[in-house]
Amino acid sequence: MGAAALIADADVRPPGTGVLGRLRATGPAGLASAGVIVIAMFAALFGSLLAPYSPVLTNLSLAWVGPVGGHLLGFDGQGRDVLSRLLAGATTSMLGPLAVVILAMTAGALLAVVAAWRRGAADAVISSGLDILFAFPGILLAVLAAAVFGAGLLAAAIALAVAYTPYVARVLRGAALKERGQPYVAALEVQGVSAPGICLRHLVPNMLPLIIAQATIMFGWAMVDLAAISFLGLGVQPPNPDWGVMIAENQTGIQQGYPLPALAAGICIVVVVVAFNVLGERLFAEVDR
Amino acid sequence: MTGPGPAPGPAAGPESGTLLEVDHLTVRLRVEGRSRPVLRDVSLRIGPGEAVGLVGESGSGKSMTARAIGRLLPEGAAAEGAIRFQGGDVAALTGSDLRRYRSQVAMIFQDPRAHINPVRRIGDFMTEALRTNLGVRPAEAARRAVEMLAQVGIEDGERRLRQYPHQLSGGLLQRVMIAAALLTGPRLLLADEPTTALDVTTQAEVMAILDDLRRELHLGMLFITHDLELAAAICDRTAVMYAGQIVEVRASARLHDDPLHPYTAALAAARPDITRVAPRLRAIPGRPLSAFEAPDGQCAFAPRCAYAQDACRETAPGMAELDGGLSRCLRASELRGKLAEPEAADA
Repeated sequence: MGAAALIADADVRPPGTGVLGRLRATGPAGLASAGVIVIAMFAALFGSLLAPYSPVLTNLSLAWVGPVGGHLLGFDGQGRDVLSRLLAGATTSMLGPLAVVILAMTAGALLAVVAAWRRGAADAVISSGLDILFAFPGILLAVLAAAVFGAGLLAAAIALAVAYTPYVARVLRGAALKERGQPYVAALEVQGVSAPGICLRHLVPNMLPLIIAQATIMFGWAMVDLAAISFLGLGVQPPNPDWGVMIAENQTGIQQGYPLPALAAGICIVVVVVAFNVLGERLFAEVDR
Repeated sequence: MTGPGPAPGPAAGPESGTLLEVDHLTVRLRVEGRSRPVLRDVSLRIGPGEAVGLVGESGSGKSMTARAIGRLLPEGAAAEGAIRFQGGDVAALTGSDLRRYRSQVAMIFQDPRAHINPVRRIGDFMTEALRTNLGVRPAEAARRAVEMLAQVGIEDGERRLRQYPHQLSGGLLQRVMIAAALLTGPRLLLADEPTTALDVTTQAEVMAILDDLRRELHLGMLFITHDLELAAAICDRTAVMYAGQIVEVRASARLHDDPLHPYTAALAAARPDITRVAPRLRAIPGRPLSAFEAPDGQCAFAPRCAYAQDACRETAPGMAELDGGLSRCLRASELRGKLAEPEAADA
């Protein structure tokens, strides 16, 4: 068997794939962004434990006191430790968008794959349904959800997920259609592999780089939108700590000459969102390459 | 519309009984908003263990016929007529019945590299249908895959199962494809130009393996190729397609020397003979028609046919039985024995 000798023996994956390989290919900016995201995620998971003081303990005699020993970022308008509130607030600020992204990506990918697989009437119904959803801004849907179900993080997150689903589905539908047309899909079909089997084990995994890249960018949008909703008082309810809530609570401080509490929360949001956007853009560029 | 030909012709296979029967199949596709035929009145039958060749130029509808049998027609295709597998109507199958049918009818494609998911291992590809469709345990599926690889001449099967498609050569990958097709225990193979993408020495090797295994496992086969000689060498009977129609069905042994249709004769003559020095190749004048270009109410081959008469341009011939074969030519009986040396085709 002469052909065998010519074939590489090494049992390697195709180059440039794998999570680490793709991450490395995003360059220093991408790696730095990934680092920021890891730190933020760590804070989200363990923030309440790391907080040196209670994030909800008020002490009005300390209101607007600047940074002092042991209180690196000082106190907010109700005399609560700002650093502790930032750390504890990371949980809802990070996990809220995470829930939005997971919900939106799942629903979007499902609709996209069904539309691409069934084509014809199913595709037409799904696509026009998505067009209608496109008309609703996410914040508007969240306000609506708050009006119907009452203010709270869960209602806001679900509303945002619904609003984001068409964006996901639109992009993934194109990718799924392209993948659906690949000859290997026909080969699997004619082998008798079931449609859900082909979709779950072949279509979706082959779209995964795109899904991850899109989820990363979407996380940034979701974070800003959720913070805005909490700022409006329709998301996380005070006194629970949340970065959006903190900006809302402390906006009076900006006028009174104590910008640090509001600014600290704002900077956290900006840094994390920028990190997600940079990483997402880099990953997208990698996928397109 | 062509007149209805006679029902599938006299049994010429090695065994009676019918595995697959294609009955007056017409397939239309929507092209630019218009419904156009790509297959016209195709009738074909394959007995158990019988190999039937399907020969024709590009665009004559060979692959579309195989795709119709495998239920892989593109979106928006409309099919008339019937395809029956072991007596059951294929078009009516849905869900698990369709999957069971597909495990009975295996397809081997022209380009193995495109037809295997490039980011999954060979083992995943080969055992997927076994594991998910027939419920075989992974370890057992892998064992059968290794056995089947050995049968197609790949000895180190266990290592191959761990490799990715890009690590295998084209010939090796086509053998993997054949092995995968045979794993589900099919009764019928649809081989769509299985060797066209391979180089000549590999072609011979792959063909030999395919032919041996088919005989050993007693499988019916529809062998699609544009190589008349190859089809004749492999198959019991050969059907020749032109412009979406079958124009001749003949026992392979007699196809080359005693064709029934002028198109077959011209196709055979167009192949250069390596034992003779020919001043120039005998090409068929004109260009091959696609099925949807073929004019209604006349013989589709008439514009290029050296024997065409006015009658050929006025009536569409049906399939007529002649000397143990079928021919879609008005003058078939008149031209008997005169087609093998088509001097007139040189004119």
